[in-house]
Amino acid sequence: MVPFLLRINGERRMVEAPGDTPLLWVIRDDLALTGTKFGCGAGLYGACTVHRAGQPVRSCGVRLDEIEDVEITTIEGLSTDGSHPVQRAWVERDVPQCGYCQAGQIMTAAALVAGISEPTDADIDRAMDPILCRCGTYQRIRDAVKRAAELARDGR
Amino acid sequence: MSCPNDLSRREFVRVSASAAGGLIVAFSLPACVTVSIDQPPTQSHRLNGYLSMSTDGLAMITIPVPEMGQGVRTSLAMLVAEELEIPWEHVRVRQADAAESIGPHPFAGGSWSVRGYWEPLREAGASARQALVNAAAARWGVSPSACTATNGMVRHAGSAEVASYGDLVSAAALRPIPENPPLKPASAFRIIGTSTPHLDAGDIVRGEGEFGLDVRVPGMLRAVVARCPSYGGTVRRVDDSAARQSPGVRHFVRVLAVGEPERPYVPEGIAVVATTTWAAIQGRKALRIEWDDGPNADESTDRLHDRCSALLASRADTYVEGGSVEAALQAAATRIDATYQVPFIAHAPMEPMNCVVVAREDGCEIWAPTQIPIPVRATVARQLELSQDAVIVHVTRVGGGFGRRLSAEFILEAVQIAREVREPVQVVWTREDDMRHGFLRPFSHHRLIGGMDSRGNLTSLLYRQAGTSRYAFREGQVPGRSEFRAGTYPAALLPHYRLEYALAESNLPRGPLRAPGLNAFAFAAESFIDEAAHASDRDPLEFRLALLGAPRELPYDEDDPMFSTARMAHVLRTAADAAGWGAPLPDGRGKGIAATFTFGSYLAHVVEVSVDASGQVRCHRVTSAIDCGRPVNPNGVRAQVEGGVIDGLSAALNAEITVNGGRITQSNFHDFPLLRFSQSPEIRVVIVPSERPPSGVGEPPYPPVAPAVANAIFDATGARVRTLPLRAARVRAAVEAASLAESARRSNS
Repeated sequence: MVPFLLRINGERRMVEAPGDTPLLWVIRDDLALTGTKFGCGAGLYGACTVHRAGQPVRSCGVRLDEIEDVEITTIEGLSTDGSHPVQRAWVERDVPQCGYCQAGQIMTAAALVAGISEPTDADIDRAMDPILCRCGTYQRIRDAVKRAAELARDGR
Repeated sequence: MSCPNDLSRREFVRVSASAAGGLIVAFSLPACVTVSIDQPPTQSHRLNGYLSMSTDGLAMITIPVPEMGQGVRTSLAMLVAEELEIPWEHVRVRQADAAESIGPHPFAGGSWSVRGYWEPLREAGASARQALVNAAAARWGVSPSACTATNGMVRHAGSAEVASYGDLVSAAALRPIPENPPLKPASAFRIIGTSTPHLDAGDIVRGEGEFGLDVRVPGMLRAVVARCPSYGGTVRRVDDSAARQSPGVRHFVRVLAVGEPERPYVPEGIAVVATTTWAAIQGRKALRIEWDDGPNADESTDRLHDRCSALLASRADTYVEGGSVEAALQAAATRIDATYQVPFIAHAPMEPMNCVVVAREDGCEIWAPTQIPIPVRATVARQLELSQDAVIVHVTRVGGGFGRRLSAEFILEAVQIAREVREPVQVVWTREDDMRHGFLRPFSHHRLIGGMDSRGNLTSLLYRQAGTSRYAFREGQVPGRSEFRAGTYPAALLPHYRLEYALAESNLPRGPLRAPGLNAFAFAAESFIDEAAHASDRDPLEFRLALLGAPRELPYDEDDPMFSTARMAHVLRTAADAAGWGAPLPDGRGKGIAATFTFGSYLAHVVEVSVDASGQVRCHRVTSAIDCGRPVNPNGVRAQVEGGVIDGLSAALNAEITVNGGRITQSNFHDFPLLRFSQSPEIRVVIVPSERPPSGVGEPPYPPVAPAVANAIFDATGARVRTLPLRAARVRAAVEAASLAESARRSNS
């Protein structure tokens, strides 16, 4: 098997796996980063969301051979210590219940607030819609996204 | 980052023997706790089955109930911490494994956790506090009654003596555990009743929450299982030649069915075991299996509809009755005869089923997102003919339960596979596996015939339910017991009533889902009450309050002994007031109200919806009132109500599992859609203040959602929809039918 050279969370990692392996499974099994979750494998749920070159993407739908030399960021790489404004807002507003979808929610929200400094409800609807939450934390997510944007605007 | 707020780090205590035979205890500390090189390492001491404390005063609380997002790791810890009298920042939590799961309700279900542990965990905290006081008193040579313990310190009233819990714990742990310790009066509560953020949030936002699927043990292989699409089918022929060539595939295991052939607990299957999850999935794809579709190949939800319709046409077994319902119906001024239909639905928890098993010669070790660690251990031990001590069951964080994890079949299946391959195995279910091979919320039809007097009061009710009861195959139980579990409201308010249950034969697997029985019953009963109100041209809130009548307590059932009409009326009024019930709404909008009593709690929702021309229902606002006795963690209570509303809306608007040829049709979230972010309403929760002991919170918010939505649709459009889910096409058809009926009525008058 030809090894693939990946850029994950600022590190270079070498992975030997079939080129059609979904990035989700490369992350979870080959790289042993379990923060990114498996929920549907069909791009319908969103718990597998990571950043590809800063943009949110469902890692279950991205092939290993498509992301050589592309910067991939997982939840573990969002910050070293939970200090990203989205992570802090999430804790402040006590968003998670079971927590299984939350990495996908957070990665999506992080890309949103990086792109739009004062997101409207419509912006938030559009950005967050792809990520399901079975426990129903949507109202707190909305609140936390607005708070995260505020923290980010204030440079905190 | 300010450390006292960072409550989420868990410490991992490792105890090992040093060469000199002493105990060395190491744990990882949160970043804010610094240990200087001169300080001796801390030691941890067990104070009771729920609590250990280290010599630096940190309390490690063992949580006896699985955490699936209902917040028990926080709410149960609050009970201990309050009576123990320590700063909340000194609390750490760990999850009990099966052997450590003690107390009255060491399982996640029945909305039992806070109410069941309300006494035992406070006693555990209080007895530990007393032991610390006793240790201090002994050290100082004073009477324990002259000492007080607050905030992690013990002080002697008569002198300057003071000691921290950390200084005292090694001595306290050697003392007998005090029995019947005094508990604090509620007026002294500083933690209980205070909104507290959930302890694990910090871990979760960093991706560090460990779910079952995240467990890794050295040398672990992954497996996925091929199961017959038709329930109860078996392998006729298998060609694994292509699968053997699939990269990473190591073993194939024939999974043997467990249970009755026509309704197996564990179905027959073929496991593909590989080095990675993807390799296992690809290996399974390459398997060519010819299935014998088995004894249920003719089963379908169409046939179930026919079966239930036929059963509703004639007298069924009486579940409970009072008065003379036939005579009363005969004499009624008005009769309403309405039939409601509730489909199978799947739980669809976000974390698909999974299990890690390390099988040994004389035992096994299991990691699973289970709601029932003790029955799992017992079932596995029985299956393997081992003592329970030989089976270790670790309870991981559960990525959503909803009742799906209340059975052990996925664990028995994994144990078989691990024992066969003799290597650690993680069995993974894909979303399609979970949707098609789990058990379902029962299918049911509900026919309600009510009689009203000339003043528009409901005075008699015949409620006949036909469905696939969860208790169909349970020895010594009548099938109605699981479906009418909370069944005597509203019937018991009436002078004449009868509840009847007819079992619709089916082998399809069904089991408990959030508020079992009640989640279907409430749709029928609360819709029917609304129909009765409208038939008499009465406001649905006023009608319900009149039905509840004078404040009194009625006997209910063995799990919830008494039903209070006053508390039910209060949540109805509270939700209605907060929602602005009665205020005019913009065109095209409607409000609906519904309430239920379950697991000791009272809950009312007012739902505001609009319905567009296509029949699509949009929920804008939900206002909820809950009376759950004393709220231990109001933040947690609100979260459960918010979550129950979203869950209830998903089910009401979208959820349906259909069966054809013994096969479940749906497979993933494209044909079993869940409510999305942009569809979610604004939710306002009012918690009724109460000094009563806590009652259930996890399940009560779920059942009243669907009827409140149906009632709101009626208010908005004049159309009554009696079949779930309330999909656009169905709602539009009802609106059109109602409009035609209205035109016909006008032209005839």
